[in-house]
Amino acid sequence: MKPPSFEYADPKSLDDAVRLLEEHEFEAKILSGGQSLMPLLNMRLARPELLIDLAKIPDLDHVREEAGTLVVGGMARQRALELSPIVRERFPLVYDATMHIAHPQNRNQGTVGGSIAHADPAAELPALVMVTDAEIVATGPDGARTIAADEFFVTYLTTSMEGAEILTEVRIPALGPSTGHSLQELARRHGDFALAGAMATVTLAGGGTIESGRLVLFGVGATPIRARDAEQLLAGEKPSDALFEAVAAKAAAELDEPLSDVHASAEYRRSLAGVMAKRALAEATARAAV
Amino acid sequence: MDTTRKIQMNVNGTSYSDEIDVRTTLVDFLRVNCGLTGTHVGCEHGVCGACTILWNGNAVRSCIMLAVQADGSEISTVEGLAPGSELHPIQQAFMEEHGLQCGFCTPGFMMSIYEMISRNPDPSDEEIKDVLGGQICRCTGYQTIFKAVRSAIDKMAAANKSAAQG
Repeated sequence: MKPPSFEYADPKSLDDAVRLLEEHEFEAKILSGGQSLMPLLNMRLARPELLIDLAKIPDLDHVREEAGTLVVGGMARQRALELSPIVRERFPLVYDATMHIAHPQNRNQGTVGGSIAHADPAAELPALVMVTDAEIVATGPDGARTIAADEFFVTYLTTSMEGAEILTEVRIPALGPSTGHSLQELARRHGDFALAGAMATVTLAGGGTIESGRLVLFGVGATPIRARDAEQLLAGEKPSDALFEAVAAKAAAELDEPLSDVHASAEYRRSLAGVMAKRALAEATARAAV
Repeated sequence: MDTTRKIQMNVNGTSYSDEIDVRTTLVDFLRVNCGLTGTHVGCEHGVCGACTILWNGNAVRSCIMLAVQADGSEISTVEGLAPGSELHPIQQAFMEEHGLQCGFCTPGFMMSIYEMISRNPDPSDEEIKDVLGGQICRCTGYQTIFKAVRSAIDKMAAANKSAAQG
């Protein structure tokens, strides 16, 4: 339960970090907050030859609002989101998602970029960027490029970033007017990874009908899953229990076989995803109506 | 790129420096290199919270942090809580309310609680539970720990009030 031997570098600039990563692409791992990587090292599930610590690179930990978008540096601690008045007042779904990440003692160290780049399908921040149509900025040898959240998650712990790219920024749009949000997840204990979870946003049109909705399920597949086909059933409809039931059932039914493990069977996870989705849609709609 | 590094940090106000393997975790540096064995090593993957210390004032797991990450930092451990021979109000409250049995998890609990009260001297029950949820105790059942937190908050508020009046 101690890390294996490795070499350590703490580059002072992003250029230096990218160069190191390019030179050691297949042997190196990026260390940001370490809340996932360090357990993997301690259990020797990961044995990188080189750790590249991003902590000494300046200007990677900002949390600010730019024209209605929350702009967060890759090295911003999760606790910085939680403690930011901007997040609390203007980005309530970001706040909710952050408060579901592990415990304060982990959020003090864990980073926003680290969690998204790690791409655990049961984690909150990957699902958050999917449901908000956020953008992810990756910086590599050819400079920075922007990746839509939809294009970012490939499979378990795998993203569409190239080997020598580093996640440097996340851009999360605010919810629009007449839009409510909800996060629902079930974990054995608060702070554990969800057995299944759902995030939803619902936008109401005049007359109380639903203009559009977004639904993401997490913890039930290889990536967070945007339930696009099920979402389509919401547009133009009056909110009702039956509607939410139908949308949630379609989303759950269209999942590929969820993970089956010691914590829950695939069948249970699928069923739970439907329950979480229905609750999320109902709560998001109720909040949109306020 | 190094496999060893010379690092320095202030732990409870005292400077410690040593040349270490970069793979050394912070908790092992504190226990082995600094000789401060009050911080305990439990699960070694950041779940149980026994190793929780303050890193520049923030409660973190020292078993999933490398000592090199704390180079140049201010660290507080349970040894730094009591100013002298008198117990810190958190320690006093744990004793009075039976907030510990075997005591293995206690240093981590105390540092998490210390951070919480430092940030917010008047936390809600929910906030307290959120913080205690990040620490595992296998003896007490948590109710006595919760009571100890409430008692510590009262003790610290009373001490602040009398200090302000004095």
